[in-house]
Amino acid sequence: MATSLVLLQAVAELFPNGISRYAVGGLLVGLGTVVIYVGTGIPAGASTFLESTLSYVSDQSRFQRYVGSRDWRVVFTAGIILGALAFAATVQSGVVTTSLYEPGTTGQLYEVAGVTLWTTDVQPWRLFLGGILVGIGTRVGKGCTSGHGVCGVGSASKTSLAGVATFLTVAIGTAQVVAALGVSP
Amino acid sequence: MADRHPLFKPLVFVGGLIFGFGLGFSHMARPEVVVNFLLFEDLGLPFVMFGAAIVSGIAFALLPRIRDTAPLTGSPYERRLKPFDRNVLVGGAVFGVGWGLSGICPGAAYASLGVGNVTILWALGGMFVGAYAQGYWRSRSEARDAAPASAD
Repeated sequence: MATSLVLLQAVAELFPNGISRYAVGGLLVGLGTVVIYVGTGIPAGASTFLESTLSYVSDQSRFQRYVGSRDWRVVFTAGIILGALAFAATVQSGVVTTSLYEPGTTGQLYEVAGVTLWTTDVQPWRLFLGGILVGIGTRVGKGCTSGHGVCGVGSASKTSLAGVATFLTVAIGTAQVVAALGVSP
Repeated sequence: MADRHPLFKPLVFVGGLIFGFGLGFSHMARPEVVVNFLLFEDLGLPFVMFGAAIVSGIAFALLPRIRDTAPLTGSPYERRLKPFDRNVLVGGAVFGVGWGLSGICPGAAYASLGVGNVTILWALGGMFVGAYAQGYWRSRSEARDAAPASAD
């Protein structure tokens, strides 16, 4: 009895927001990937959009190789943005309520035209500098959290498993160092 | 490309909507939540990534047994297998530093914009700068490598 209480407490500390919002969100991310795959045979990743969109404005050969897919990648990204907006207009705004959703306490909420929107407290220099490295690393490393992490791992690809192990380990180390240096948020 | 099925883009759009809704619902569009995972303060993130990987893994495994080609493209159903080389590790490490510093990855950044996070434009701007820098550099070195052959 006492040990199971201690165990429950430990689990609660490791998952302060529960797991349902993560698991449900993950199922939906997977479902979105499957919908595209069933119709088109394409295991779509998110980071190629960065290079394929640059092909509209730059004739560098690295970007021009994506000319054939750049239009649908813009559509995919527009869908992601609007899907997230639909989440904001429903669940985040409290119009749709479910016990599977844990709102949490991060960042700042604000309202525009009755829709509850959200904005981060993480400092812009972290986002910009980190963004540059994400832009370089995902393209050199052949994929990001969706390409390698979802589609690649789902394909049991050894390349993707190596990629995920690498970026997860390095990201944990980086975040720990940044926090130890006193950078917050 | 021009003769793609008329439902090709609408389907990609619907897939993107579900994908983006999921990233919002899971709070992956919030850099704070990703950083909290990396600091071991909230271990929920793997449920998103591996949950999504399991769902897509089932489709990747089943569809090739049911049909040969996808209805909207005629493309064969294949898994996502990319060749391994040093770039996977080098790029993965650079991505890891960026992800650990900012708490945001490309798909989550698009979704973050959708939930109202205007500040994420800093990260999106950075991603385009980074993608352009590596593309510029790699286009140059490819042209340099090809130059001796085409010079004669």
